[in-house]
Amino acid sequence: MKFIDEYRDRGAAEKYSHMIHEITTRKWNIMEVCGGQTHAIVKFGIDELLPEGINLIHGPGCPVCVTSLELIDKSIEIASRKDVIFCSFGDMLRVPGSKKDLLQVKAEGGDVRMLYSPIDSLKIAKDNPDKEIVFFAVGFETTAPANAMAVYQAKVQGLKNFSILVSHVLVPPAMEAILSSKNNLVKGFLAAGHVCTVMGYNEYYPLAEKYRVPIVVTGFEPLDILQGIYMCVKQLEEGRYEVENQYSRAVSREGNRGAQEIISKVFKIGSRKWRGIGEIPDSGLVLQDEYIEFDASLKFGLAEMTVEEPKECISGLILQGLKKPFECGAFGTKCTPERPLGATMVSSEGACAAYYRYRKK
Amino acid sequence: MCLAVPGKIISIDCGMEELMRFGKVNFGGIVKDVNLAYVPEAKIGDYVIVHVGFALNTVDEAEAQKVFEYLREMDSLDELKE
Ligand code: SF4
Repeated sequence: MKFIDEYRDRGAAEKYSHMIHEITTRKWNIMEVCGGQTHAIVKFGIDELLPEGINLIHGPGCPVCVTSLELIDKSIEIASRKDVIFCSFGDMLRVPGSKKDLLQVKAEGGDVRMLYSPIDSLKIAKDNPDKEIVFFAVGFETTAPANAMAVYQAKVQGLKNFSILVSHVLVPPAMEAILSSKNNLVKGFLAAGHVCTVMGYNEYYPLAEKYRVPIVVTGFEPLDILQGIYMCVKQLEEGRYEVENQYSRAVSREGNRGAQEIISKVFKIGSRKWRGIGEIPDSGLVLQDEYIEFDASLKFGLAEMTVEEPKECISGLILQGLKKPFECGAFGTKCTPERPLGATMVSSEGACAAYYRYRKK
Repeated sequence: MCLAVPGKIISIDCGMEELMRFGKVNFGGIVKDVNLAYVPEAKIGDYVIVHVGFALNTVDEAEAQKVFEYLREMDSLDELKE
């Protein structure tokens, strides 16, 4: 397929690998922020093409993995109601809450539906006027334009039986949380290409400057990732810390203005708790006051709660790059994609699931 | 779930409202309805990056070659050195 196959060319990949070997003189820890990139790296064995000194740290960029246990429990509470049709992206259905997951709610008779796009939930709302339709709006900046448009259209269409359970997270504040932590190992970043498709990369200049880290906006195919790593290592070796764009075929510095406009109409920045990491200030999106009628948490009067994570799961450390999945005692034994203990084992973009699928030795 | 993939626009349905501009997009044989509100400039035949039913950007054909141009430049530098 065009724009996919040519970026998987073995010969070109080997050339990039060779070039990276040639310029690397020291050890460098580089974090790929996005779970989509983690998946590609493990699937195509990109880490195995790198010199020993280059260590890829898998970042927290998987929305399924970082949605807090409290929100998963809330989703389960709402989905269990008789008057609700609960809609979600497929990946969320198997994420374990503290007692069960959404699939179990469905098995017990709850009306839980898997959607390809949030916009489809508007039609369900129109077709079922006697039901409450709730969409589980998880995602990073990449998904925000779609979720914002669904809410925007719901208001235009005057839908009263539609709401969303918002679990939106933002990438730059998470990068800053990692960089400012005293345990930080990360010396350079591959920034998430599709997040930048929407938001552009202006936000990264102050980060690169303040923490003196190179940030390379990077795509998702093997050649993109290899070129991104090459550009990042080159900067590190030369002592530069700039923002560069490897993924220029899909990303401009300003991003998609139209999408940003709708996002900021519907959402504003708020604090958000990340699963395994904890609360990060200003790291999420919440509904603007004008759209607050679409807030499922308020509509169903859900109380705030705090729930404990299963003790053996070290996904918080994995999401910060402090441990690899192999170092978890439950990996592949008590915890598998069929019976996941933690969220990083559920989504195919979670580090544990990627290692289980491609690296189970 | 953050997966976004490139596909080719094969038809555009302008509808009543600009924000509900839809089109059919072909992903290597699989055709899906995609909301094109965020890519007002996109035409039939263009490639767009699609995520959860929304096109987020048009793929720039000239920029798409850069990954390979870079390799070619490195090759010719190597030849000069030899
Ligand atoms: S293997 Fe399972 S239990 Fe261990 S860190 Fe990963 S998700 Fe958590």
